Amino acid sequence: MSEPILSARGVSKRFGGVQALKDVSFDLYPGEVLALAGDNGAGKSTLIKAIAGVHHPEEGSITFDGKDLSGLLPGAVRDLGIETIYQDLALADNLDVGLNLFLGRELIRHQFGFLPVLDRAKMRSESGDILKSLGIRVPDPTLPVGNLSGGQRQAIAISRAIYWNARLLIMDEPTAALGVPEQRLVRDLVHRLRERQVAIIYISHNLNDIFAVSDRILVLERGRKAGERKASETNDNELVKLMMGSA
Amino acid sequence: MDDAYKQDKSTRQLSDSTRLLLIITKAWSWVFLLLILIFFEAWAQIAVDRSFIWNVFNLQSVSVAAVQILMLALGLTLVIVASHIDLSIGFITGLAAVAAAMTMRFLDPSFEGGWAMDPVPALIIGIVVALLVAMLPGFVNGWMVAKLNVPSFIGTLGMYGIARGMALLVAGGATVAIRNDVAREWGNGTVVGVPYIVVFGILCAVFFHYLLSSTRFGVYTYAIGGNYQSAVRAGIKVDRHLIILFMLSALTSAFGGIIYTLRFSAGAAQAGEPILLYAVAAVFIGGASLTGGKGTIIGTVIGALIIAVIQFGLVFINVAPYWQFIAVGGVIIIAVLIDQSRSTIDKMRTAS
Repeated sequence: MSEPILSARGVSKRFGGVQALKDVSFDLYPGEVLALAGDNGAGKSTLIKAIAGVHHPEEGSITFDGKDLSGLLPGAVRDLGIETIYQDLALADNLDVGLNLFLGRELIRHQFGFLPVLDRAKMRSESGDILKSLGIRVPDPTLPVGNLSGGQRQAIAISRAIYWNARLLIMDEPTAALGVPEQRLVRDLVHRLRERQVAIIYISHNLNDIFAVSDRILVLERGRKAGERKASETNDNELVKLMMGSA
Repeated sequence: MDDAYKQDKSTRQLSDSTRLLLIITKAWSWVFLLLILIFFEAWAQIAVDRSFIWNVFNLQSVSVAAVQILMLALGLTLVIVASHIDLSIGFITGLAAVAAAMTMRFLDPSFEGGWAMDPVPALIIGIVVALLVAMLPGFVNGWMVAKLNVPSFIGTLGMYGIARGMALLVAGGATVAIRNDVAREWGNGTVVGVPYIVVFGILCAVFFHYLLSSTRFGVYTYAIGGNYQSAVRAGIKVDRHLIILFMLSALTSAFGGIIYTLRFSAGAAQAGEPILLYAVAAVFIGGASLTGGKGTIIGTVIGALIIAVIQFGLVFINVAPYWQFIAVGGVIIIAVLIDQSRSTIDKMRTAS
């Protein structure tokens, strides 16, 4: 395999008396899906927030594409190509697909040659193209996204990250708010992103979900790394034991 | 991929009656405006044998009243789309009216101690001072809401009281009369039958329509009202945006106060008091929602016209003027009911 795109070495983080992360190290390669498993409070959220620049670890280092992430703020981390998808859908429900995809980076054209106006048509067609290339169908792109299903909206949030050239996608419980068919839509999308060499960190409570999408599984237990397994070489029982700290 | 989840629910066939209902809820304010115009016209023809609509004086009065409401409602529309409210605009209007009048008095030699200045520069300085004075409460409103997380309803209610007291103090509790012929001409003159004030109101409406519907600024306003977190995550400078919105709201209501001073050659602290609730009503009749994320300038213009037509129509057909409060109140309730049924239909469309 090629060089890892993300490397964490000896990452530790304390909150007061609580050791949230202790000496966690792992590598992630382009086109690979790494699942983070662990009980509540195991440190999954702290770890991804340390990557996203929300928390700054006291010890250890995280490098992305050869660049040290320490001390960077969330905006700077995002500019490097690391996007986070949350379970609560981060879309403006009253805007259409195009405007959501381009929110904060809208396309502008000049009416009569001088008056700057939003290029809604172009944003719509561009977003239609990217959604189509990811196998997502949105029948009426002029509708506010509030009229779409939860899965479609999650897909739009993911497409948005990809359109802006995210090379590492952190997905924090992306299917938690979704029904079963919708969960499959998101899983399919993860597979397609993997084919595009996007690296993915996938957090889920759902072991079925984890086995369905991931290549490797990193288990955290009370802030430390309890184990790391290839998805094809482990099973539910072993993972649960690791999570409980009894393996 | 399974077709089961690819199929979008919103494209399912709606029944004809639901479809009709949807069209009505979307365009009801236009239809309603048309209906009340027809009603007043028919009543006027039958009862007093005169035309309500083909009457230049009526059209001028209705459109000036609509502009007076609209000046408060334009900035307020943006604030409401961003899911906030600005109650202070009624007295920012009064404050600006008094500030403009006081300034023009100071620059008018026909008043005791007034500087010797020509009417035109005195008028322009008066307008500029009024706008500047109004910017301060607008900024403080935005700053309280954005930086101190004060709920806008309460924060601007506080500013309502402060602006009211300031205006009354500055004016000494009285109406501030001016003697400026240019001001009177600007406030009451017409060009081919259209009052200057109405021309100005139309220009303002066009500008705000452009701002809200066709610029990044407008999209950010909708995004903040639709999902605050999505706006923050998209990197929008939300705090700064909110401050600008409240300053724009203060700006348009200050223009409302200046228009009042020009029309009546006097500034009064209570210039905007009766208009405040009409302005709020116009925005909601125009399709905005208290939960934010919805509303248009065109809708607000229609809302202001509906209220102005009701006000003048009732007077024209010799109904006791108190009925206008009842009528406008009824329209507000109808507007809310229609908004509710629209959300119900939307939910029906997306329900699984």
